[in-house]
Amino acid sequence: MTTTKPLTVALVGNPNAGKSTLFNALSGLRQRVGNYAGVTVELKKGRFDAGDTPVELIDLPGTYSLAARSPDEMVAVDLLLGRRPEEPRPDVVVSVVDATNLDRHLYLTSQLLDLGEPVVVAMTMTDAAAAQGVRVDCETLSRELGVPVVPIQANKGVGLDALTRTILTTAGTEPPRGPAFPVEFEKEVAALQAALADVPGVLVRRLLLDVNGYVEQWLTGGHGVTLKAQLADARQRLAAAGCAVPGVEARTRFGWVRKAVAAAVTRPAVRPTTWTDRLDRVLTHRVWGTLAFLAVMFLVFQTIFTWAKPLMETIDAGREWAAKGVEGSMDPGPLRALVVDGVIKGVGSVLIFLPQIMILFLFVAVLEDCGYMARAAFLMDRLMSRCGLSGKSFIPMLSSVACAIPGIMSTRVIENRRDRLTTILVAPLMSCSARLPVYVLLIAAFLPTRSEENPDGFAWWVPGLTLFAMYLVGFVAAPVVALLLKRTLLRGETPVFVMEMPAYKRPALRAVVRRMVEAGWAFVRRAGTVILAAMILIWAALYFPNMDAAGVSYEERIAAAEAKKDAAGDDEAAAAAAERERNAVNGEWKRNSYLGRVGRSLEPAFVPLGWDWRLGTAALASFPAREVVVGMLGMIYDVGEDTGEDGSALQEAMRKEWAASGAAANYPVPVALSLMVFVALCLQCVSTLAVIRRETGNWWWPAFTFAYMTALAYVGALVTFQVGRLVVDVMK
Amino acid sequence: MPTLADLRPGQSATVVSLAGDPALVQRLYELGLFEGEPVEVLAFAPLGDPVEVRVGNSRLSLRKAEAANVTVTDRPA
Repeated sequence: MTTTKPLTVALVGNPNAGKSTLFNALSGLRQRVGNYAGVTVELKKGRFDAGDTPVELIDLPGTYSLAARSPDEMVAVDLLLGRRPEEPRPDVVVSVVDATNLDRHLYLTSQLLDLGEPVVVAMTMTDAAAAQGVRVDCETLSRELGVPVVPIQANKGVGLDALTRTILTTAGTEPPRGPAFPVEFEKEVAALQAALADVPGVLVRRLLLDVNGYVEQWLTGGHGVTLKAQLADARQRLAAAGCAVPGVEARTRFGWVRKAVAAAVTRPAVRPTTWTDRLDRVLTHRVWGTLAFLAVMFLVFQTIFTWAKPLMETIDAGREWAAKGVEGSMDPGPLRALVVDGVIKGVGSVLIFLPQIMILFLFVAVLEDCGYMARAAFLMDRLMSRCGLSGKSFIPMLSSVACAIPGIMSTRVIENRRDRLTTILVAPLMSCSARLPVYVLLIAAFLPTRSEENPDGFAWWVPGLTLFAMYLVGFVAAPVVALLLKRTLLRGETPVFVMEMPAYKRPALRAVVRRMVEAGWAFVRRAGTVILAAMILIWAALYFPNMDAAGVSYEERIAAAEAKKDAAGDDEAAAAAAERERNAVNGEWKRNSYLGRVGRSLEPAFVPLGWDWRLGTAALASFPAREVVVGMLGMIYDVGEDTGEDGSALQEAMRKEWAASGAAANYPVPVALSLMVFVALCLQCVSTLAVIRRETGNWWWPAFTFAYMTALAYVGALVTFQVGRLVVDVMK
Repeated sequence: MPTLADLRPGQSATVVSLAGDPALVQRLYELGLFEGEPVEVLAFAPLGDPVEVRVGNSRLSLRKAEAANVTVTDRPA
């Protein structure tokens, strides 16, 4: 029985302090994403019971200080002060610090002591510190800081009981006091406080300390010119007194932290060489590091291709089984067609790529968790700065390789508005996981590897290299477009770029799996809603009208042709003729469907790209979500009942169809590449448009993004096909 | 006086002063790079920019243009 009033506990710490590991260890599966009005950061909330006391845990985004420079950073500060309507003021603030880097992590702790709330220090990475010969006397440290210090190893569950006990006993106690600032500073704070009676003391200090910070912008916005002048005078007086901001804060806090650390921590006289030192000698080296980066990227994409195959075949078999089951138990007609051709085949063709998405997220999670992501940003920064972006844009862009939606949302870490907008506008150019299905399908169908059954195939490295090249299209296009935007629409100065390179560590299996599953689930949910709706719409546009000019149902004509085939028995010529008739009827039906009519009328526009009306129609129909293009191709090329014995029926159907007609017959590889390039560059994703609308606050930017990307996709596909055609002709 | 941008990989020095954009200065402070601290350049990225430096037990990546705001003592520290 838990009858006690729940305790609100906030977790605060530097990025990479081990905060998420602690959060997961404490709250397990009982966690959710909190909703905060007008906020773009994702805050996780968890629950656990400490004895009889239910604890509500809030995991704040990782931060180096409480000096907020953006609205999102301010949310964390407001939450800690109980100034958000969604949460009560925390009863206890847990400051998560890294034992291997105590000085810097305790800087944030010293700021937390100013909040006027009980603070508990949770010290992580104690094992790593011990390995470096660093000994921390927690009792002495606790006495020096004036708050309890609990050593933990969250991944092994060590110290968690002690931590929760300490949280319980600390709740409701007298809040600690932070380091004392020089009297000159305190005098200025008191003077400002008198003018700002309704503002908490901590924020008045931040107002004075953070030049052009969020608090200054917010308060001078409200209190106008007088405050601005007052602030400038105060800062001038402080500078004259030898306490210039922001240096006075660094000196005061680090001085205080140093004293505590000197008393409680013993370090070896010579800093031992760590694994991070050894690894960084190679991984951030200008030559070896770049080679390693390229190798890692190639490995990631080649692995996606190889590992996912058996899993995909299993899912495909399941889809076939479901379709056959429905076909056997329902009468022919629009409803059965809807279920089999719309729902099962549509969603099935999307679900089948779940393994690849999960594997991609596995890599993204591992690279981030082990600390390599920051190295990638370091290596890529110069490149990004050439197009007016910074390394901070690299992470959102790289996340967009998984999905542009989290990528666009993660641009919130970019303080500079123009940089952020530029990143949002080009992030959808990065090849997201939804494009992967299209690439994989077309590569498997038209650039297969050589094997015993397929002696005409390509060398083993061709599929992986082609897939890599498709990702490269986005990697190249995004910076170029960004540069153009920064030179024209979004001209401005370069922002600050200082980044921490965390120590390497072994990725935590549980955290990696958690992210992988979350990503997969998010994809399935999308597949289940937006995509299913789109699939059904497209199915209807392809199914109706379901009567020919003479008023005979296409389904009846197909059934008649199939009956003829069955009746043919051992007569192979008659069976083949019946098969051809059936396919002809099917083709006529699709050509006459509403979607087919639109696609056919636009065929002249597709011809320069090497496409026939089918490919054009599939591209048109995938406006709501590009994943649809696969399901769409599946429907449009479904030329017989013999789908799926080997799990690659669609690929075979396309190959067969292409061999018989259009530009694809002579130039199958250029046509496939042209379609892939189109998918690589086009913004066919309703969800992304909606997110851009939310992040930019108007419909103009999503409309602009859609327009420029569609134009770019058309030109890119055109160039690809025309160049590809020339190459094929020359090679003949 | 030399700046952090003048050091080559493997060289170290002591921070004398920080200048420039207040947001940059404050971020450097928060990351432990402030007056009197020893700092060591570890690596240059491809194309020579940004630089990886060690300060305290942290590794930071900063651009040459930013590193030029950090005045350091003549070597050796």
